[in-house]
Amino acid sequence: MSTATDNHASQTLPARPKELAMHFDNLHQQFHSGKLGMWLFLGQELLFFCGLFTAYAVYRGNHQDLFHYCHWFLDWKLGAVNTVVLLVSSLTAAWSVRCAQLEQRTGLLITLALTFICAGAFMVVKYFEYTHKLHIGATWGGSFSVATEDLPAQLLERYPDMTGEKLKTMGAGTFFAIYFCMTGLHGIHVLVGMGIYIWLFIRALKGHFNRRYYGAVDNVALYWHIVDIIWIFLFPMLYLIG
Amino acid sequence: MAGGVVEKPADPAAGGDVYRPLAVNYINKFKGIGNWLITLDHKRIGIMYLGAVTFALLLGGLFAILLRTELLFPGTAANPEVIASNDWYNKFFTLHGAVMVFLFIIPGIPASMGNFILPMQLGAKDLALPRVNLMSLWLYWIGTVFFIGVLVLGGLDTGWTLYPPYSSGRDVQLTLIFAYTAVFILGFSSILTGLNFIVTMHKLRPPGMGMYDMPLFLWALYATSLIQVLATPVIGITLGLSIVEHLFKIGIFLPEYGGDPVMYQHFFWFYSHPAVYIMVLPAMGVQSEIIATFSRKHVFGYKAIAWSSIAIAAIGFIVWGHHMFVSGQSPTAGIIFSFLTFLVAIPSAIKVFNWVATLYKGSIDLKTPMIYGLNFIYLFGVGGLTGLFLASTANNVHLHDTYFVIAHFHMVMVGSVLNAFLGGVHLWWPKMTGRMYSEFWGRIAAIFVFLGFNLAFMPQFVAGTRGMPRRYANYLDEFTIFHQLSTIGAYLLGLGVVIQVTYLIHSLFKGKQAPPNPWGASSLEWQSDSPPDHHNFTAKPIVMGPYDYENWEYVSENRGWVLKREVVETRKTLAKADH
Ligand code: HEM
Ligand SMILES: [Cu+2]
Repeated sequence: MSTATDNHASQTLPARPKELAMHFDNLHQQFHSGKLGMWLFLGQELLFFCGLFTAYAVYRGNHQDLFHYCHWFLDWKLGAVNTVVLLVSSLTAAWSVRCAQLEQRTGLLITLALTFICAGAFMVVKYFEYTHKLHIGATWGGSFSVATEDLPAQLLERYPDMTGEKLKTMGAGTFFAIYFCMTGLHGIHVLVGMGIYIWLFIRALKGHFNRRYYGAVDNVALYWHIVDIIWIFLFPMLYLIG
Repeated sequence: MAGGVVEKPADPAAGGDVYRPLAVNYINKFKGIGNWLITLDHKRIGIMYLGAVTFALLLGGLFAILLRTELLFPGTAANPEVIASNDWYNKFFTLHGAVMVFLFIIPGIPASMGNFILPMQLGAKDLALPRVNLMSLWLYWIGTVFFIGVLVLGGLDTGWTLYPPYSSGRDVQLTLIFAYTAVFILGFSSILTGLNFIVTMHKLRPPGMGMYDMPLFLWALYATSLIQVLATPVIGITLGLSIVEHLFKIGIFLPEYGGDPVMYQHFFWFYSHPAVYIMVLPAMGVQSEIIATFSRKHVFGYKAIAWSSIAIAAIGFIVWGHHMFVSGQSPTAGIIFSFLTFLVAIPSAIKVFNWVATLYKGSIDLKTPMIYGLNFIYLFGVGGLTGLFLASTANNVHLHDTYFVIAHFHMVMVGSVLNAFLGGVHLWWPKMTGRMYSEFWGRIAAIFVFLGFNLAFMPQFVAGTRGMPRRYANYLDEFTIFHQLSTIGAYLLGLGVVIQVTYLIHSLFKGKQAPPNPWGASSLEWQSDSPPDHHNFTAKPIVMGPYDYENWEYVSENRGWVLKREVVETRKTLAKADH
């Protein structure tokens, strides 16, 4: 039975394409193996972040007030800008897959570059957010020490007798530990994604992709979407819920 | 190899009494260490893993011998040391546990035998993602280097679970960071292996082989891989956070910075309970192959065994709280976890019953792998049932952190997993190396392992119920006899393993040439040469049921078992008709 199908295949298919690895029968099988592998990897990624989400839930449950006070440290406008930037990059990532399928080389190069640029923009905004926090001393654990005049205006408006010292004793450091761990790990994923997009760009320049062979573009886009989705959760959880 | 004859008879059923192995096989196709280090060949990667995990087994075993020797005498207040200080004793058991769990038993069967055998049982040329496979091997090595770093820098004394607060309350401790890093990296090695296996089983099955036509070893690996992919990232993030909190002094788990140590336990066991099924499921898969092959009978209850693997994997995710009955978790949670833990015993028992039913009226051949197979049934029985003792909350308060727990998990981890590992090595040794090991010494060693093992751990159950706590370097006089028996047993077990390593290495040089199928087993890997070609099969294997032993007939010791001529003919005609 097995031999029968194989003979069949060898009649209809042209010679082995050069992109086909030795242990696959055809490009279709190769493409879907890569894709399934990527989906499993994404499942793994989700569980990896789950640990952090659980830690967030536990500490939020135990320190409701703290999360309430501290979320004002995070500028929701910057967060919103970054959300939009990432959403656009997801669009260009998906678009790059379409370009690869249609063998539109220029389109592919442009969309890959745009995705990279958006990711870069995201990191630039992150950089400003981080440096501001480091500057006023809104940092993790025992190192948290913010002068009262540096507290966010909205916080002081509602709770005029709040001081930096009070926040510190309440354990604001824990909030920022969680904040930096979650956004930091996400940021690392963005950086990795940027690296991979450079790699894709070089391969696209060399003309590696065609309508039968574009698995790498597709799989990286999948990865990029998960990075995006995780941010979609981080943004409201950290910046918006008070 | 033998005589350097290149040709082999086209029709495996033809030919005389001599088996002519391939002149060029996967071992001698490419030469040089460099070639091995960057190979994409699943067989070579499997062999390197096998070497690495065996090294870990011996290293972990060395620590076991040291700590058992320390326990040979009770130790007095005036003279507490037998061979080592209490500090060193703590390090011995930590390193023993950590090396055995993370370097030997978790990667053990899947990464070595799974890597080698899985594609061959599918009649495939390789795993679906060979580069990912190589990366997994390299991650394993990097992880190992970090572990060796722990040893070189003076060891660690937290116990293999690395719990805070044992792991806290001091300045940043380099060995601890190294240990976290090692396990973190090893975790990703494990994830990549699992991911690769799932993809391969879905995408590379040959035409004519459905999921239910796969050998049960593969079902077991499938279930294992699911756990590897879904549970391991949680330990990854846990240890990642642990590293960060030690370096930046923030409180996630560390109590001195406002962290919650019980949360560490939850996270840790959320992985590490499923991880015990990462250990035991592949072992059960090997076991199914061994029992069926050496009973020469179609395995009993194929679907039950296959689905019980999946059930174990699934239920295994929701029982972690049974490690934490006395940690202060709520009684309600305790009751629920206790109930769920009882549930997991059902699919485990289903497997045992099916193996026993497979034995029933089989023509049992007591070859070395089969002796391990029988050991497994009995020892897993004891280990699984004592798990139930521990799973009932009232008992657990009494037994937690005593030698009863130690004995329980050694019954399952050593009794079952090590047994299956050794059984599998013997089963597939002829295929992997092209050499037969000495059956005589094989049996002797298997019996040593069995006797030594029982002597080492049965007394611990008694000592545990009488209150001997785990992890103490000294003990009251009344426990002396149990500890001494246990130590003697450990020596015997060690001797068994040393005998094995000796005759297996000897067989590499002096062993008889192995035929393609020395056992009459029916899964596809036995249709390849011994040792196989670089591409696994020189001709497409004939796809058939993994337990269709009636398709094979015994020719002679040199030729082993060959496919019956009529089977080959029928398949050929069928193939033509199909066309
Ligand atoms: C029928 C199945 C099983 C049940 C019901 C069961 C139950 C339990 C329970 C309740 C404990 C906690 C004891 C305590 O610390 O107080 C435990 C510990 C343990 N079990 Fe099992 N178990 C089962 C199978 C296995 C298997 C198959 C393995 C490994 C291959 C395993 C490995 C372990 C280990 C390593 C520990 C203790 C870890 C430690 O505290 O250092 N168990 N088991
Ligand atoms: Cu458990």
